[in-house]
Amino acid sequence: MEGRAMMRGALSAVLKPLPFRGGIGVGLVKRDAILTDPTPNPSPKGEGLILALVLAVLPVPLAAQDGPPPPLANVQLENPAQEARALALMENLRCIQCQGQSIHDSDAPIAAAMRHEVRTRIIAGESDEQITGWLTQRYGDYVNFAPPSTGANILLWLAPLLLLGFALLLARGRFRKRPS
Amino acid sequence: MTGGSTRSGWLIWLPLAVFAFLGGMFLYGLTDPKDEYVRSRMIGQPLPAFSFPAATDGIAGLSNKDFTDGKPRMLNIFGSWCVPCKAEAPMLEQLHEAGVEIHAIAVNDKPENVATFLAEHGNPFTRIGAADMAFQVQLGSSGVPETFIIDGKGRIVHQHIGDIRPEHVEGLLDRWKAAQ
Repeated sequence: MEGRAMMRGALSAVLKPLPFRGGIGVGLVKRDAILTDPTPNPSPKGEGLILALVLAVLPVPLAAQDGPPPPLANVQLENPAQEARALALMENLRCIQCQGQSIHDSDAPIAAAMRHEVRTRIIAGESDEQITGWLTQRYGDYVNFAPPSTGANILLWLAPLLLLGFALLLARGRFRKRPS
Repeated sequence: MTGGSTRSGWLIWLPLAVFAFLGGMFLYGLTDPKDEYVRSRMIGQPLPAFSFPAATDGIAGLSNKDFTDGKPRMLNIFGSWCVPCKAEAPMLEQLHEAGVEIHAIAVNDKPENVATFLAEHGNPFTRIGAADMAFQVQLGSSGVPETFIIDGKGRIVHQHIGDIRPEHVEGLLDRWKAAQ
């Protein structure tokens, strides 16, 4: 586990300085599949080759990001129940830099810092709501992949239902009677 | 369609209306300048309590108490490893020459690299603290470089995300003056 975390840290250090948002390279090499999935990798050689090719092609500045990420960014908590909570939270929190990814998936430095924050607060005994609330206070509802269903946000939840209802209404008209 | 055309002739225009509405939204989205920054919700809030050691020799470290003597300042967050930080150096110099006291935080950095950075790009900073990105999460900040304007009571009044370009200098100066 330690080795996996270190490997992940080392890879993050290489992938971090990519100048684009969204981590296209990260998606290509299935980083999580290689490094954090406990199940054996189906084709380690093939993915290793892809990784090597991607790394060879990417213009990675050598003297990028000095220093390691915050201590708990890539290290699992010792208590499995706490780690499970951390994981569930991190999958639901949006990376601020590469906004399509959760902080669990992202290799952006700021996502590492946010993971560290989540784990630190879980150890400190905060509830899930307190942690999400603390981050929302700093970044707004946008940081949450499941924004609270109040105010204008209700539209987000209701729009699909409204559209579906409208579609059913249209369909019903078509299917009802068929004049011969 | 036999019965439909007489009963609800207006319905036939509905798809076109929906299409026109969506098309209008897309056009509006295209003309809207792209802004994918997540802004800090900490504007108007006091700086969190912090105290960081000096980032390099010969220049003092930084704490939140360095912002509470009644004088508005700027807080620049940079890293010697960050390319846009080099690009904004001349603009920080301009702000400094215009009378702004600028404190800085060097993120994930090494003392020798900070020293080299200052030697190459000039030093408009009065104090520079060394921190990791966890501090940026506390500020609701999302990357480097960023520049905050802090009023004389240590409250955050403005966040500038990304490098300061020549066209931003005047606006930042105005906001700094308004914080007097």
